[in-house]
Amino acid sequence: MLEADNLACLKGDRLLFRGLALRLAAGELLRIAGPNGVGKTSLLRLVSGLALAEAGEVRWKGTAIGRDREAFHRDLLYVGHAPALNDMLTPLENLQFTIAAAGDEADAESCMQALVRIGLANQLDLPARVLSQGQRRRVGLARLFLSARRPLWVLDEPFTALDVGAVEDLAGTLSDHCTAGGMVMLTTHQDAPFAMPPKVLDVGAFAC
Amino acid sequence: MLSTFFAVLRRDLLLAWRGRADVMVTLAFFVIVVCLFPFGVGAEPNLLRAIAPGVLWVAALLACLLSLHRLFAQDYADGTLEQLLLSSEPAVLWVLAKILAFWLTTGLPVVVVAPGLGLLLDLEQGALPVLVLSLALGTPILALLGAVGAALTLGVRGGGMLLALLILPLFVPVLIFGAGAVEAEASGTGALAHLLLLGGGLAGALALAPIACAASLRISTE
Repeated sequence: MLEADNLACLKGDRLLFRGLALRLAAGELLRIAGPNGVGKTSLLRLVSGLALAEAGEVRWKGTAIGRDREAFHRDLLYVGHAPALNDMLTPLENLQFTIAAAGDEADAESCMQALVRIGLANQLDLPARVLSQGQRRRVGLARLFLSARRPLWVLDEPFTALDVGAVEDLAGTLSDHCTAGGMVMLTTHQDAPFAMPPKVLDVGAFAC
Repeated sequence: MLSTFFAVLRRDLLLAWRGRADVMVTLAFFVIVVCLFPFGVGAEPNLLRAIAPGVLWVAALLACLLSLHRLFAQDYADGTLEQLLLSSEPAVLWVLAKILAFWLTTGLPVVVVAPGLGLLLDLEQGALPVLVLSLALGTPILALLGAVGAALTLGVRGGGMLLALLILPLFVPVLIFGAGAVEAEASGTGALAHLLLLGGGLAGALALAPIACAASLRISTE
């Protein structure tokens, strides 16, 4: 279970939010809401351990995430705004690298299946620079199919640039992950067709 | 345990191969800088022989500096660095893999072509093995120290210039002992002491620089 108490986030010399608390238990889907610039991405970066909180702490299974970073990162999947694609590599090479870099085993066969499943069957051996925005986003999201054993998924605007069919597929994948006992935390401005109603946390309520 | 290490190493070497023009530019820069000296100071063999170790070493150092800013810049821009920092394996490992790939694509070519340029500057043939050895020990130190600088200046406006200011003073000891080794061999006093010091420097940098580099990357991406 993921918990955070009394979180405050400082960006430059401006306090974005303070006193923010959240709890995410197995099987829950948490949507971070709020207007642009209120600190949704910053909150996700705090929770994933990419940034340090000005105050408060984030705990994973009762332990502060900074204390045992490697164990926490074994359980975490973070897909940020930037798709982590290198333009000179093909989607397959990119995906295989991302999986291996995260510390998981990645054989070419299962990576290929994940890319086919997310609708990139015809782009497997093209360099990533010729892909469209939506296709780039899909390469990043193909990781989800290979990371089911990581319980905590933190996704920053996963629906951006996706077409209607892909949004439905992704919502289904996220719902399945929660049903299987996983946790999803995401930001989005879209109404996605989740199987269960997501919990909503409005960062704007804690804004300074 | 080493899967991240090898994944990063393989990917960076593959990227260097796909963008081989960049690697060639660094090497061409090294060759051209060395070739400028005979034009500048005149083709007097005694003079060239005397300045050869220093010229080769300064050129190697500048060639390394020229490509250093590329070490993390692309990964920082496209978000790969974030994913690497979230790896469940220690950051020191993949940082080391990146530095190794960097050295293999910029340091090693310099080490390989240096003896030819040594001959061009009429360096004594007996000193050529020492030149190669000193560069083989010294350029990895440049890459390791440079990586810390590159990590610290990541995402900073005008980072390239700042990197040079930050890191060139740290290169001075390497330059002294590297060029000193070649000079000592050429003048017949033996290069062992210099080479041992370089080796010690390499061992120290190898142990400490990846840790400093990983910490700097965490700060830079925050």
